Amino acid sequence: MYNENIFDYMRTEKLPHIWCPGCGHGIITASIVRAISNLKLDKNNIAFVSGIGCSGRTPGYLDFNTLHTTHGRSLTFSTGIKMAKPKLKVINVLGDGDALAIGGNHFIHACRRNIDITAIIYNNSIYGMTGGQFSPTTPDGFIASTTPYGNCDPSFDVVKLASAAGASFVARGDAFHVLQLDKILQKAIDHKGFSVVDVLTTCPTQLGRRNKMKKPWENLDYIANQTVSIKKYETMSENEKQGKFPIGIFIEEKRDEYVETYTKRVINKAKGRK
Amino acid sequence: MTKKGFVHKIHKNLCKGCGICVHYCPKNVLEMNHDNKVVAKRPADCIGCHLCELRCPDFAIQVEACDFPDANNKKVTKKG
Ligand SMILES: Cc1ncc(C[n+]2csc(CCOP(=O)(O)OP(=O)(O)O)c2C)c(N)n1
Ligand code: SF4
Ligand code: SF4
Ligand code: SF4
Repeated sequence: MYNENIFDYMRTEKLPHIWCPGCGHGIITASIVRAISNLKLDKNNIAFVSGIGCSGRTPGYLDFNTLHTTHGRSLTFSTGIKMAKPKLKVINVLGDGDALAIGGNHFIHACRRNIDITAIIYNNSIYGMTGGQFSPTTPDGFIASTTPYGNCDPSFDVVKLASAAGASFVARGDAFHVLQLDKILQKAIDHKGFSVVDVLTTCPTQLGRRNKMKKPWENLDYIANQTVSIKKYETMSENEKQGKFPIGIFIEEKRDEYVETYTKRVINKAKGRK
Repeated sequence: MTKKGFVHKIHKNLCKGCGICVHYCPKNVLEMNHDNKVVAKRPADCIGCHLCELRCPDFAIQVEACDFPDANNKKVTKKG
């Protein structure tokens, strides 16, 4: 399935979108829509949530039940939606700053609970919307508006973070290997439990421009060169692994889901049901 | 006689001229026009890989399979 029915899932009157020419956010958004279309999900049964940032603009273009919330706290809104309306499929998109800096705390606790939400991180390694400040995933030595001498802060590895925090589905994809991303997102959305997909993507305007990747495809080429399959990664030496990100599915496990557990162990007891 | 081919549906109002599709097309089918919108210059060379469609950040290009008259078939060429 390609983009033959993509506009059935969009608020076409809002297009063209606000993102810069060549911004990877649009590539991921199309991939999410194809994943939803492949799963044949009912539009009215989806709640699509975001925080603030360029990534946060996504729900505005999509024809689902949509909610554009506050910076870093979108997972708390999603948690509320899922608790109140467990039948809804809840998909939450986040920026890397949104998910891991201001929202880092909410992120790890959502992972820990294993609530049935799909969290998709548009990881462009920078604060796009606010002028290119460095984020928790800015690579070593990269120039951001707040790291004029090159970033010296070590990065978060989203896959390791989400796995350690307890998410039952953890994967990484990227905006270059799009067909693979479609498949990963499809599995993540279909998974019951908290799913995290770290999607490596571009920001030609704020990251690329400062780091000799001004053309959109130069930033995408960088992503292509950074990524290797999990299988290949496992055969690489420690030296070769430097600066590389394995892509694929790392964790896919059946575990108790939070809304079900809470219903059984708290709500039913409080209501005097067995 | 017909030959399988591809047509490129380009939504000009959505294309932002980023050049991603042109850069990654393996067959050099696409070009940037003077108005900074993409055009399919050599559609007959298209192999239908859909890479342009999948990597377009603006949902601006769709590739569709279709049947073309076969240029190698004399009858069709004469008629046309
Ligand atoms: C509570 C709060 N603090 C700060 C901001 C300012 N702000 C808006 S977006 C943003 C960061 C955006 O970066 P990221 O989350 O990585 O998303 P991107 O724009 O790159 O998609 C910040 C700091 C805000 N809106 N609210
Ligand atoms: S600033 Fe960066 S992330 Fe935001 S729309 Fe532009 S390219 Fe995309
Ligand atoms: S990738 Fe899309 S927006 Fe960019 S030039 Fe091609 S059709 Fe236009
Ligand atoms: S489908 Fe493939 S070959 Fe055809 S125009 Fe697109 S990228 Fe080029």
